[in-house]
Amino acid sequence: MNVIFGNLDLWGEAIGNTLLVFFVGGIIALVLGIIVGAMRVSPVPIARAVGTVYVNLIRNTPLTLVFFFFVFGYPQLGLPDLSNTVLGILAIGIYTATYVAEVLRAGISTVPVGQAEAARAIGLPFGQVMTLVILPQAFRTVVPPMMSVFIALLKNTTVAAGFSIAELAALRATINDAPDRPGNPMEVLLWVAVVFVILVMVMSTIQRHLENKWRIVR
Amino acid sequence: MSSVLYDVPGPRAIARNRILAVVTGQFTADKWYVFTFTNVWMSIFKALGQTLGAFALAAVLSLALGFVLAIGRLSEHAWVRVPVTVLTELFRAVPVLVFMMLLYYGLPVLGVRMDPYWAVVLGLMVYNGSVLAEALRAGIESLPKGQREAGYAIGLRKSGVMAFILLPQAIRAMLPVIVAQLVVTLKDTALGFIITYPELLYYAKLLSSQQGRPILQSAFVIGAIYIVMCLILSGVAKWLEIRTRHSPKLKGYTPGADDDPRVHDGTVTEVIAMQRGGGKFDAGGVGPTL
Repeated sequence: MNVIFGNLDLWGEAIGNTLLVFFVGGIIALVLGIIVGAMRVSPVPIARAVGTVYVNLIRNTPLTLVFFFFVFGYPQLGLPDLSNTVLGILAIGIYTATYVAEVLRAGISTVPVGQAEAARAIGLPFGQVMTLVILPQAFRTVVPPMMSVFIALLKNTTVAAGFSIAELAALRATINDAPDRPGNPMEVLLWVAVVFVILVMVMSTIQRHLENKWRIVR
Repeated sequence: MSSVLYDVPGPRAIARNRILAVVTGQFTADKWYVFTFTNVWMSIFKALGQTLGAFALAAVLSLALGFVLAIGRLSEHAWVRVPVTVLTELFRAVPVLVFMMLLYYGLPVLGVRMDPYWAVVLGLMVYNGSVLAEALRAGIESLPKGQREAGYAIGLRKSGVMAFILLPQAIRAMLPVIVAQLVVTLKDTALGFIITYPELLYYAKLLSSQQGRPILQSAFVIGAIYIVMCLILSGVAKWLEIRTRHSPKLKGYTPGADDDPRVHDGTVTEVIAMQRGGGKFDAGGVGPTL
């Protein structure tokens, strides 16, 4: 237990950073994902093309490479300086957005075609068909797989450890490189694993709860 | 579906769409000097070999582990089922990278030195194996109950029912999920970069210390390689799917066209199954059946 109580400050910081990357990254992913998901079914061909290319490119790229691109590549562009944490959050948000977009698109295709036809028949334009008729219905079918995406996002935050962002998985290096910190790598990593198991269990409980609450019977 | 959502564009909309296409399609590039050397490409191919080596072994091992865990979880004996369930859930909850780090940084504490290669392979095997196990289990459980009963009726044992009746159909139904998971495995080999396994991304990092610091360029080149590999794998999946659909010999259970299990991760297929099952309450109705 010395690993925890001897380094309480570090654990607090690490868990804080992990949750920060998770929540801010999640919000970016959700917003961007909804936009891209809408682009992929939109009437403008170039929007569809950009959406498709974006999703296919990013989904087939390892997250580590996306991080690499942002954290090491971005400073080369001579744009305003951003900290590694901000760049990491952007990377994970942009990566996860593709999964959000795909889940949304799958959700949109589970809405019966008649719904869209009826909305069109009463004269709604594309924007209103989406926001008033299709998306509210798609959203409920989409909740369980969306939670799976966010569980994956939570686990993916560990990749940030490789890019000097002080979150949970980076704790091993921080503790072991300091001379007077108690704990060996095995202990630290096992506790990190325990924290993740707990967080994931909490999220799957929420997922099950939402699934039961919002199940639609058509 | 998407064709019902809007009108076919008229002349004004077509013109506007063309302008949008020109404005957004601008790309420039320089600093590609490093990639003119044969040596660099030889090293890239060597790194590619390392990546594919880790992927191939991890894929085979995780498939094997997936079968073992799936069958274990469906076992009738509680002393097999319960530990396997706990193990599967644990493996799925721990991030792959943390598992790799446990193997690479953690095990030396216990006196076991582990090569980065084995840390990557074993980490991927454990995680993807448990995810595949869940997919296979979902596939087996989605089969009509009559299949199992018919198997017992013609005198097969438990192992026979599993091997000749349930698994072949489950594998066919879950093929898209299995291949999608293999794509994830391939992508996750890039995590080896963080625990110093000398694969593609690691080489990209090395390249970026070259003259002119072509970090973005090496990321582009290596990214293109990953994308091509993943697309090839997805292409194989599509080809397999088409082949199994057309072959008259393999007309077994196929999932409905609209519930693509790839994106749903098991849960939504269950919802859809529930919704369809709802049809059995209106007695005379000829609802779609699974």
